[in-house]
Amino acid sequence: MGRAILLDKVNIPGIQTFEVYRAHGGYTSAAKGLREMTPAQVQQEVIKSGLRGRGGAGFPTGLKWSFLDRKSDKPRYLVCNADESEPGTFKDRYLMEHLPHLLIEGLTLSSYALGVKTCYIYIRGEFRYLVGILENAIREAKKNNYLGEKILGTDFSLEIYVHPGAGAYICGEETALLESLEGKRGNPRIKPPFPAYKGLYNCPTVVNNVETLATVGPVITMGGDAYAKLGMGKSTGTKLMSACGNINKPGVYEVELGLPVEEFIYSDEYCGGIKNGRMLKAVIPGGSSVPILPADLILNTARGDSRLLTYESLAEGGFESGSMLGSGGFIVYDEDACIVRNTWNLTRFYRHESCGQCSPCREGTGWMEKVLYRIEHGKGRMSDIDLLVRVAKNIEGNTICPLGDAAAWPVASAIRHFRKEFEEHIKC
Amino acid sequence: MLKVIIDNIEIQVEEGTTILQAARMIGGKVVPPAMCYYSKLKDSGGKCRSCLVKVVKGSAKDPRPVPKLVASCSTPVQDGMVVENTLSAEVQEARKGVVEMLLINHPLDCPVCDQAGECDLQDLSFGFGMEETETIEPRREYPGIDIGPLIKLNMNRCIHCYRCVLAAEQLTKKRAHGMLYRGDTMEISTFIQTAIDNDFSGNMIDVCPVGALTDRTFRFRSRVWFLNPMDARRECGKCSGKVVAWMFGKEIYRITGRKDQFGEVEEFICNECRFEKKDINDWVIEGPRKIKRQSVISSNHYEQMKKGSIIHPIEGTTEPQE
Amino acid sequence: MIKHHLFVRENMPVSFKEETLEKVRSLIRRYPEGKQKSALLPVLHIAQEELGGYLSVDVMDYVASLLGLNPMEVYEVATFYSMFYLGKVGNYVLEVCHTGPCAICGGEEVLKHIKEYLNIETGETTPDGMFTLKEVECLGACGNGPAMQVNTEFYEHMTAGQVEKLIERLRQKSKEEGSSKGWAEQFS
Repeated sequence: MGRAILLDKVNIPGIQTFEVYRAHGGYTSAAKGLREMTPAQVQQEVIKSGLRGRGGAGFPTGLKWSFLDRKSDKPRYLVCNADESEPGTFKDRYLMEHLPHLLIEGLTLSSYALGVKTCYIYIRGEFRYLVGILENAIREAKKNNYLGEKILGTDFSLEIYVHPGAGAYICGEETALLESLEGKRGNPRIKPPFPAYKGLYNCPTVVNNVETLATVGPVITMGGDAYAKLGMGKSTGTKLMSACGNINKPGVYEVELGLPVEEFIYSDEYCGGIKNGRMLKAVIPGGSSVPILPADLILNTARGDSRLLTYESLAEGGFESGSMLGSGGFIVYDEDACIVRNTWNLTRFYRHESCGQCSPCREGTGWMEKVLYRIEHGKGRMSDIDLLVRVAKNIEGNTICPLGDAAAWPVASAIRHFRKEFEEHIKC
Repeated sequence: MLKVIIDNIEIQVEEGTTILQAARMIGGKVVPPAMCYYSKLKDSGGKCRSCLVKVVKGSAKDPRPVPKLVASCSTPVQDGMVVENTLSAEVQEARKGVVEMLLINHPLDCPVCDQAGECDLQDLSFGFGMEETETIEPRREYPGIDIGPLIKLNMNRCIHCYRCVLAAEQLTKKRAHGMLYRGDTMEISTFIQTAIDNDFSGNMIDVCPVGALTDRTFRFRSRVWFLNPMDARRECGKCSGKVVAWMFGKEIYRITGRKDQFGEVEEFICNECRFEKKDINDWVIEGPRKIKRQSVISSNHYEQMKKGSIIHPIEGTTEPQE
Repeated sequence: MIKHHLFVRENMPVSFKEETLEKVRSLIRRYPEGKQKSALLPVLHIAQEELGGYLSVDVMDYVASLLGLNPMEVYEVATFYSMFYLGKVGNYVLEVCHTGPCAICGGEEVLKHIKEYLNIETGETTPDGMFTLKEVECLGACGNGPAMQVNTEFYEHMTAGQVEKLIERLRQKSKEEGSSKGWAEQFS
């Protein structure tokens, strides 16, 4: 465990600059891909790698690429989703800040594989300082012919532009992101059609997360098969975990998928245990949208196996006793954390971030927030608990985009695992 | 042609037809309710979620069911698709949930709302709503804004269907109102103090499914079910001039577009016809308007209806009251 | 009651300086022909920063004219995104994250302390026009919480003591020297 393929060079001084990045083997995968491989071969390596979307959904990247409409005579677009806004998730920011060229290299290879000539990085507006860092990296790469016209003397040309958002979590949803990139309100689109056919400006489009695209470089360097040997089962490779909350060492860690959760929480190599020697109470393992699990169920599955950091192991037990790897935003709560207050807090977030387009989400998130506010502030009724379960159920699955599910799951799971705490809040 | 089965009824439709359109071709009980979809407005639909249905078979080629309920108004039919609407308990349950969501912040001011009697939300609640409310939270309230002498905006009643924005975008040159803010504070507004004044702006009233946009020249003048809707026409340089004149005796109380059984106007009409021509001499009265739609407005004027009938708008039935 | 109100068009002349206009033109060129609406968010960021600190109706009308849009399209977008201010704000906007991970690491205490120290509530501006306090949702700095932003600059690992120091440091500077590269300078 502990093998780093994304962050292996992160501590080299000056790695943000083209010269240092290049001097440490950077852009060799771009050179290899563009000079020695066909676009189809690059895509084939990504398929073989088993790489799955690192933004949260975990959809196989190669498969997503294969959906792209290649018969259309319209231009194709690659859009890099850098709208990292999921509470508990801060890995993409870290990656872009420290290794901007790793992302640019991944974008170049991916665009080559997809036949894309224009690529946009949609970055959340709060990361204004990263816009400059990325633009600078793009300028450097262009100056050295790793971007722009006829890259490395091949026939492949590519422009990358950074596009800032302006404060809307919903724009992390890929179709809302495309709307926002077109200068509109960030309302998710009704699917079908999917972006692979009608995406940006109605043209075939692939939207991938920052970490996903940054991984394409290493995949080409080491080969898809070698990458697939890392990790465990269908959870291949490594994943950036952003750990926060009541732990000794919050931060971004690259883990080989398959690492036991217990080791991740308690090992000094990672989170370093719970702060101030307190007890672990609960964990949200994949960003605030995924179900919260109490200590016993995050360390071991209901069947008694050790819980591992893989897509499959974290989901083991379904919604009854499992959760999801999601974006890797690992939020740890100690024994003093109040689950009711935390659930209210996260629901306020979803209420604030609902685009308001469809009724279950617009009305339901607000309703849940008001009820949770009452419970947290001493005005709850016992019947409110079942009411919350019912409202969450009426939102889940009935909305245009997954924000509805993301708002419903934290509430449903908190009540499922910590009902007593809600009851005690109401009683006293 | 594609074959689709909705609630065990088979129909052949052209490619590109949505499930809702196919259901409307069949007609009757299988038609899902639609609060935001409007066939005459491009890009409408998908938002209110009241037309959710269950796709139990995706297509002949890929028979897998769709895991989530789909919005029938924006899901195209696939050949061999099998859809359940009234037959699916899951759909009924979800729809009940959607109605509840639409109602938790809707003021129960039907007694003073001009839309009462022809309101899609009333019909929807009557058909799918629950008898009791479980919410004790205060309802959302917007500060009122004045959008001019012709149209009354009551934002508290709005269900955010986007129809009026699409109508303004698609029927007028430079729309002066839009959907502002986001989430549950989203608001239909002009942003700056201005009157919405345009030859076709009155159609915002006709497309509004609730009483958020009503005819100011008709405000509080009569309940709609006391009026006789008459098909009327005039020569008009701006629109077809084909309207419904809502009359009491020989007096025209209001003019609207001619609406079909799904509550959609056949043609959009101009403001001159709607707001300025209230004299019976302005119009050629063609005869009583047959209102095919099942709602309170259809209760008074038609031969098959008896006074005091109980109407079930969604089932499309009427039973005489003993 | 929802706190929305109508805004007033003052019809005051507004315009970017020539070098900013050049930047705006180059931003528009990043998108395909006819898709200049795509430049709306970046241009609004620049406009907010350079034309008065918030988006007045006049500023938005000006942006609409630059991009060939109906002003209503700009109002719709500006009211959707939380980084755009529709009213006057202080020289420094203190945006404190109050979402889950920051909240459990002391974010709520930091917020409370700022309120007491500056004697203002969330959404208010100090009488000298120096500071506006806002509560914001997740800034993507959860590992370094409690986090806050001042005019889009990150400040992390905040404590009551550090907030005081930061506020006093900001008081010493004028707005111009306070911030590093602005929006327009981010784009090459």
